[in-house]
Amino acid sequence: MLGFAQLFASRLVKALAILIAIVVMNFFLVHAAPGDPAMVMAGEAGAADEKFVEQLRQQFGLDRPLHEQLATYVGKIAQGDLGFSYRQQRPVWDILAERLPATLILTLTAFLLALAAGVALGTLAAITVGTWADSAITVVALLAYATPIYWIGLMLSLLFSIQLGWLPAFGYETIGAGYTGLAHAADVAQHLILPVITLALFYMAGYARLTRASMLEVRGQDFVKTAKAKGLSQSHIVTRHVLRNAILPVITVAGIQAGQLVGGSILIETVFAWPGIGRLAFEAVLQRDYQVLLGIFLVTSVMVILFNILTDILYGIVDPRIQAAR
Amino acid sequence: MINADFWKAFARNKGAVFGLVILAGILVLAAFASVLFPGDPWDMATAPFQPPLSDGSPLGSDMLGRDIAAGIAHGARVSLLIGLTSTAAALAIGVTLGALAGFHGGRVDDAIMRFTELFQTIPNFVLAVVLVAIFTPSLTTIVAAIAIVSWPPLARLARAEFMSLRTREFVQAAITTGQSNSAIILRQILPNSLSPIIVSASLMVATAILLESSLSFLGLGDPNAMSWGYMIGAARTVIRQAWWMSFFPGLAIVLTVLALNLVGEGLNDALNPKLARSRG
Repeated sequence: MLGFAQLFASRLVKALAILIAIVVMNFFLVHAAPGDPAMVMAGEAGAADEKFVEQLRQQFGLDRPLHEQLATYVGKIAQGDLGFSYRQQRPVWDILAERLPATLILTLTAFLLALAAGVALGTLAAITVGTWADSAITVVALLAYATPIYWIGLMLSLLFSIQLGWLPAFGYETIGAGYTGLAHAADVAQHLILPVITLALFYMAGYARLTRASMLEVRGQDFVKTAKAKGLSQSHIVTRHVLRNAILPVITVAGIQAGQLVGGSILIETVFAWPGIGRLAFEAVLQRDYQVLLGIFLVTSVMVILFNILTDILYGIVDPRIQAAR
Repeated sequence: MINADFWKAFARNKGAVFGLVILAGILVLAAFASVLFPGDPWDMATAPFQPPLSDGSPLGSDMLGRDIAAGIAHGARVSLLIGLTSTAAALAIGVTLGALAGFHGGRVDDAIMRFTELFQTIPNFVLAVVLVAIFTPSLTTIVAAIAIVSWPPLARLARAEFMSLRTREFVQAAITTGQSNSAIILRQILPNSLSPIIVSASLMVATAILLESSLSFLGLGDPNAMSWGYMIGAARTVIRQAWWMSFFPGLAIVLTVLALNLVGEGLNDALNPKLARSRG
């Protein structure tokens, strides 16, 4: 287990370095924004009086040299202070914390669904290679790859909520229904179906294609022939020998794509009015609330780092050799 | 590189030929947009909320009576323009960094790869949204933002190519004959690593078009340029009454991106024949 702990520690150090780099980038983005931050803040607070602007400049240390400002900024972030939104008159972290659970539910469910369904479909395509099922899966993957996710979301809600009336078109729960306990969970789950499927579809397509290619490659290797020669059953060979090896590149790619998945939640949450960070990003864009927007950038980056650690753990479970090799 | 063999290999992939035909159609549509649909696509052309196949608007009109078909034709220009220029910019950044990392190795390689990794970790769409929002939406900021978030895969690819080619005999020969580093990079290695880079670039145009449409869907498009994503985003709230306003622009995106992906795969088969055959 020592190997895994070491790997984990080195990943944490790397994650921390990336995090610091992102914080520094955030700082320069604040300063690159057109207009003096003090003027912007004054404008957002509804006053453009010269004296007030000067006072703000002093209060936020904007009259200090850049490197001093950077140090203050990094120190504040380390304490969990992501700044203050003058639009909403609340600390940015409070606004984000309120929205975070909804986004975590959405992205995690979509991530796991995409991985599970993608691997299952890819396996099916590889077993049935050359038949209609294989071609159908290939065509669906190709289409899903070419379709903007927000448009898929709109079309799915057009079909399943507006035309058929099967699922709610938007929101997190039925407003005013006052469900509690299990009934509430079921209600949220129902609202979750369309957004999760929409978000998962694109990545599922990619993982299906990758699993198929990877399985076809592994299938021809010597250890699979040995397994066949030993007289093992077809299903045992597919799951324990071929799939277990073929799945590794899929997990790697899933880790790399975690960032895109988190970014995609901005579009999905906008389409389905899902009250998470993505929806908040859309609102912040409309209001040009840069403080909130930069806070979202930081928090989503942390989410990606966490997703990457999750895929590392998955990798370690699937392939025990990793612990010895690294 | 482009000879009879190339076309033979390309034409063997039926999907690629299909993609090329669609792509040609979209290019014609973009080129002749102002001939087919004269006038400003932002202007009111007919009554609002006209369903498809009504008089004067084959694909219907939107909430303000703007013609959907005209919007799609003019939007094709914007999509293709942004797709191509942002890919060119991403190529410039990615191939330069990848070439330097792969050619020099050692510390240069380490530093560049750390930088690349940073950009691969950042949620790229979130960064694009932040960049465009802060620097105000315009064609330039959109192209720059897309390029900034899409170069890392190209850098990795160029690095891998340069690393493997660097040890080859013809490069070693060039080094022994005292050619300068820049001459070796530009005249010896780069031309030999072009095939995989071209394939990736063709696929990246598709991704860039998707990114642009997503930005303008969120209201971060150039306010003066009609675009497909904007049309869908604007019609989103009236989808209950008027499905066609968001359906047709979306279909245009799907067809364009699908065509580009198919052509990219065809290029891959034609330019990397060894790889294509081993894919089984």
